[in-house]
Amino acid sequence: MKFEIGLATRDAYGEALRDLGDEYSDIVVLDGDLSQSTKTYMFAEKFPERFYNVGIQEANMVGLAAGLASSGLTPFVSSFACFLTNRAYDQMRVSVVYPRLNVKFVASHGGISGGEDGATQQSIEDLALMASLPEMVVCVPADEHATRALTPQLMEWESSCYLRTGRPRAPIVYQPGVDLKIGRAEVLREGTDLTIITCGLLVAEALEAAEALAAESFSVEVVDCHTMKPLDKKTILQSAQKTGAVVVAEEHQVWGGLGSAIALLLGENFPVPFKLIGIEDTYAESGTGEQLLDVYGLTSPYIAEAARGLLS
Amino acid sequence: MKLEELKLLTYDIRSDIVEMIGRAESGHPGSSLSMVELVTALFFEIMELRPDEPDWPERDRFVLSKGHGVPALYSVLARAGYFPLDKLRELRRLGSPLQGHPDYSRLPAVEASTGSLGQGLSISAGIALSACHLDKNFHSFCLLGDGELNEGQVWEAAAFAAHHKLSNLTAIVDYNKFQLDGPVDEIMQMEPMVDKWQAFGWEVQEVDGHDLEQVVEALHWTKDSDHLPRCLIAHTIKGKGVSFMENNNKFHGKAPDQQELADALAELRKARQEVAG
Repeated sequence: MKFEIGLATRDAYGEALRDLGDEYSDIVVLDGDLSQSTKTYMFAEKFPERFYNVGIQEANMVGLAAGLASSGLTPFVSSFACFLTNRAYDQMRVSVVYPRLNVKFVASHGGISGGEDGATQQSIEDLALMASLPEMVVCVPADEHATRALTPQLMEWESSCYLRTGRPRAPIVYQPGVDLKIGRAEVLREGTDLTIITCGLLVAEALEAAEALAAESFSVEVVDCHTMKPLDKKTILQSAQKTGAVVVAEEHQVWGGLGSAIALLLGENFPVPFKLIGIEDTYAESGTGEQLLDVYGLTSPYIAEAARGLLS
Repeated sequence: MKLEELKLLTYDIRSDIVEMIGRAESGHPGSSLSMVELVTALFFEIMELRPDEPDWPERDRFVLSKGHGVPALYSVLARAGYFPLDKLRELRRLGSPLQGHPDYSRLPAVEASTGSLGQGLSISAGIALSACHLDKNFHSFCLLGDGELNEGQVWEAAAFAAHHKLSNLTAIVDYNKFQLDGPVDEIMQMEPMVDKWQAFGWEVQEVDGHDLEQVVEALHWTKDSDHLPRCLIAHTIKGKGVSFMENNNKFHGKAPDQQELADALAELRKARQEVAG
């Protein structure tokens, strides 16, 4: 199964945010001296008066966003996922989420596929941290089209949102103009023997794994759970009830991410044989994104193997 | 309001504070008492406010970054007419909007949720920034503790505010010389404090934070800036107004017991009477 390689989700986000600026005059964008990498520079070029490069101060940046939001503006705040969610977690918690302010956090370089810069610039804890904040919306789009579909919808939520984008160019799994909805998981491939639930860059890997398993006569369903929170419980439970086995694959540490959320859902409602593919309680290292996904066991062969383990 | 009236009000507010904390059996009397003149001047003399319309878009904003001093803010808000005085009895009670630390989402006129120190000046800078986007003229005030200045985020915000010439932003430091575990100059020296703020690009004045005339005049000065953010360093006494709490760090985070409460209220009543004549 070959996918066309599209834009990185961060690039699609940069374009989508720039376009959103036309529609919403209340959007103010903050970046922590990474606008060339997070792609908020596209917004900055078009709307310089509504863009603040705050320098390398994530904590202050999130506080500024709280003040802007309390005055009725809609701040979009960007940095690398590791810096925004780790360095400024307490500011997100106390200054923004606890007072129920509406700030959109969009962080690039999610997961380990950022690659060569090494573990300090990668982010394997962000989903756990963000999902633990009450009422926070947490999204991980798979490709450029998903990013374009989901970004404008951030404006429809009155609560704060976290959207994770990635550094590498991403395989295209959706059609242009695809109708995705925050909070609604997408069944990308129907099957009856097992469900693979995933998000982000691993959606393509999961589809490849399903294809490989089809060659072995297994009918595998693939669900893109691009919104980790609020979790689409209905779609996930229906799929689990249909197939009776679930593999979750995520570019995140196994503790506290999408897999944990789905294990909780299934454990409480419909326990089925379950396997989680993620980063096993360790930090990654330098290497190309492709190498790291392989070395840390997140590519389609590993997903297929986990599925075989449940199917046998 | 006349200076004499403001002065009398500070005794009422201090009585509210010790009574609230005594009733709640927990809270931070020392830091609440040191900031009384500062918030009294702000809410009754300096800030443009409409207590009957707390979200009036043109209002000046006040963020209490040292959130543990919130009993002083609650008292001032009640006495300014934001809510009935008897609501002060609910401090720290289950279901009350008068949370142990300020909560933006539960109480109008509380402009930010604080309690994790060091965050308020960033929020106030964001508010100041929003004024130009909204084409408004409001002023953004932030009250910080001296121990709080240990936090690096304060200095991130200070640099940002000067860089962007946020002349509608005022920082006020309640310099009561103590933090939780002891004297500031022993725990984490913040001197030379004036030089620090100036080096970050702020204009600075020092005042006796219990001299209302000085405080009012200096706050007018901070509000009148047209080019840079201004900082007021207010030298204060922790526990001010209750003799056995003054400079007694035991009362940083400890409520007075019944006897102490009675003594404190009697002392404040007597002092008020002497001023009232």
